[in-house]
Amino acid sequence: MSGIKKFVVGSFDDEEVLFPAVKNVRKAGYKIHDVYTPFPVHGLDHAMGLRETSIHTAGFIYAITGTTTALTFISWVFTKDWPLNIGGKPHFALPAWIPITFELTVLFSAVGMVLTFCYLCQLSPFVKKHHFSPRSTDDHFVMVIECTDKTNDLEVQEFLQNAGAKEINVQVAETGWWLGRYDKEQQLYREELGY
Amino acid sequence: MNNNQFDLPGSYKKWTWGLIVAGLLAVLYGFIMFHPFAHPVHHEAGAQADVNGTRFWAVLLQNSVYWLLTANTAMFFICITTLAMGGWQVAMRRVSEAISSVVPVLGLITFIILLAIVLGGRTDIYHWLDPNLYVKGTGTFDKILNGKHGFLNPTFFLVWSALSIGLWSLLGRKMRSLSLNSDDEGPMDHVQAKKWMDSNFTYASFFVVFFGLSVASTVPWLWLMSIDTHWYSTMYSWYTFASTFVSGLSLIAVFVIYLKNRGELEYVTEEHLHDIGKFMFAFSVFWAYLWFDQYMLIWYSNQPEETRYFIDRIGNATKTGPYYGLFFFNLIVNFLAPLLILMRKSTKRNWTVVTFVAVLIIFGHWIDFFQMVMPGTVGPNFELMPFEFGIAALFIGVIMWGVGNYISKHSLIAKNHPFLKESMIHHT
Repeated sequence: MSGIKKFVVGSFDDEEVLFPAVKNVRKAGYKIHDVYTPFPVHGLDHAMGLRETSIHTAGFIYAITGTTTALTFISWVFTKDWPLNIGGKPHFALPAWIPITFELTVLFSAVGMVLTFCYLCQLSPFVKKHHFSPRSTDDHFVMVIECTDKTNDLEVQEFLQNAGAKEINVQVAETGWWLGRYDKEQQLYREELGY
Repeated sequence: MNNNQFDLPGSYKKWTWGLIVAGLLAVLYGFIMFHPFAHPVHHEAGAQADVNGTRFWAVLLQNSVYWLLTANTAMFFICITTLAMGGWQVAMRRVSEAISSVVPVLGLITFIILLAIVLGGRTDIYHWLDPNLYVKGTGTFDKILNGKHGFLNPTFFLVWSALSIGLWSLLGRKMRSLSLNSDDEGPMDHVQAKKWMDSNFTYASFFVVFFGLSVASTVPWLWLMSIDTHWYSTMYSWYTFASTFVSGLSLIAVFVIYLKNRGELEYVTEEHLHDIGKFMFAFSVFWAYLWFDQYMLIWYSNQPEETRYFIDRIGNATKTGPYYGLFFFNLIVNFLAPLLILMRKSTKRNWTVVTFVAVLIIFGHWIDFFQMVMPGTVGPNFELMPFEFGIAALFIGVIMWGVGNYISKHSLIAKNHPFLKESMIHHT
C-alpha cells in the first residue's frame, strides 16, 4: 500500500462535468485514486464503481458484541458476584437489564462504526494527510488519478483538459497513513499555487 | 383533466365487494346468533355467563378503532412530512391521501358503534358506564371510578369522540383539497408555490397539534384504556399510536406496491420503497420500546394495583394467563420479524419482502388490538373464529372501497406539487 507515488490531479468546478469525466477516465483505463468533493455527491460512488460499504455488517457485529457483553456482565454481577435484594425482585431481573443492554448495544455499535470509519478513511489524530487541493473543501471537485509505471502523465493531463478540468497539476505524495510515516519536511500546501 | 387516474381492474372490485359482503354476513350472523341487544352481563358476575353479546361489541370496537386509527395515520404521515419539508414522499402522496379519505366513513362507523355501546349501557365493555358506581353510601360505590368520573362519563366521551372524528375528517379533507386543487391550477411559479406550501403548513400544523391532543393522548384513554377501567398507564396512548402508525405505514406500502405492480406510479422507485421500509423498521422498534416500557415501568416501580392488566393477559408466577400466547406472539410478529427481516438494505429494496412484512405488521397489530380489547371484556373466553376475521374483512373492504374511489377519480400523481421533482430524483 505505502510508498511514494505520482498523481495527476484535476479540479472540476461543476458536478455536471465531473460525472461524465469520471465515466470517461474509467473507460480509458486510468486508475482513479479518489475523488474529493466539498459535499456528498449522490451517485458518485456508483459512477466510480466503488463497491457497497460493509460498515453496517461491522456495526451489526459490534452491536451483538455489546448485547452479549451487557447481558453476561450484569447477570454475572447480580447472580454470582454480588447478589442484592432490590425491592424483593428476583436476582435474575431481566426487564431491569433491558435498558442497559440496549444502551450498550447502541454504544458498541456506534463507537465501533466511527472507529472503523476512521480506519478505513485513514484518519487519526496526529496523522498528516496530503491534501491534493485545499479547494476540495470549498468549491472544487478534485479527481486524483494514480500514475503507474506505464502511465504517461502528459497524456493524462491532456485527457483531463479535454474532460473539462479547470486546474490540472502533477503531485507526488506518500500513500499509506500510519503514524510517523510521512516525511516531516514535506510541505502539505504548496504556497506557489497562491491559495 | 385527470389523465393519471387508475382504472380499477375487475379483480380489485371483486375483492372489495367480496370482503364487504363477507363482513356484512359476519355482522348479520352476530346479530342473529349473539343477541347483542340482550341485557349485558359483566363477565366477572357469572363465571360461565354467555359472553357472545359482549364478544359482538368487543370485536366491533376492536376493529373499528384499529382500522380508523390506522387509516388516520396516513394523513398524519402527510402532515409530518409536509412540516419537515420532506420531498421524497410526494411521488406516492396521492396513495396516502386516498387512504386518509376513508377516515370520515370509518369514523362514522366507529361513532355509531361507540354510541350503541355507551347509550346501550354496555357495562360489560365499559365498566364505568354503570351509574351505581357513583352513588355514595351504597355497596356498589367505587371511590377510584368516582375520582375519574369527571373524565369518564358518557357526555364527555361522546362529545370528545365526535369532535375528534370530525376534526380529523375536516382537516384531512382540507389537506386533500389543497393537493387536488393544485392539479387544476397549472404549474406554480416560485411565489405561488411558497404561498401554496404556507397554507399546507398551516393546516398540517393544526392537524398534528390536534392529533397530539387526540390520538397521542385522550382518544386511546377513552376508547380503549377505559375498558380496564381501574387501571391506567401513561404509556398507553403512545403505545396505541405507535401500533397504528406502523400499520398505517404498512398499509401505504401495500397500496403503493399494488399500484406499482399494476404499472402506475411511474416515479416511485426502489429508493422510495427503501425509505418506507426504513419507516416500518424504525416504528416497529419504537412500538417494541413502548410495549416493553409499559410493562417495565409498572414492574420496576412496584405498583401491585397496576399489575392487574398483565395478570389478565399473561398471568402471574403460578398461573399462565389466557392471552400468554398472543401477548408474546405480538413481540415476535411486530418486533422480531420486522427487525430481523428489514435490517438489511437489500430486503428494504425488495418489493416482495416489503409486501410480506407489511401484511405481517398489519395482521400483527390487529392481534395487538385484539389483546388490548378482549381481556377486559370477554375475559378468558375469547375466540379467534371466522366471526372475528369476518368483521376485519368488512373494514378492509371499506378501506379498499374508499381508496378505490379516490384513486379512480383523481390523478395518482400530484403533478404540480413544488417538490415533485425532488421526489423523482430521490436517492437514498
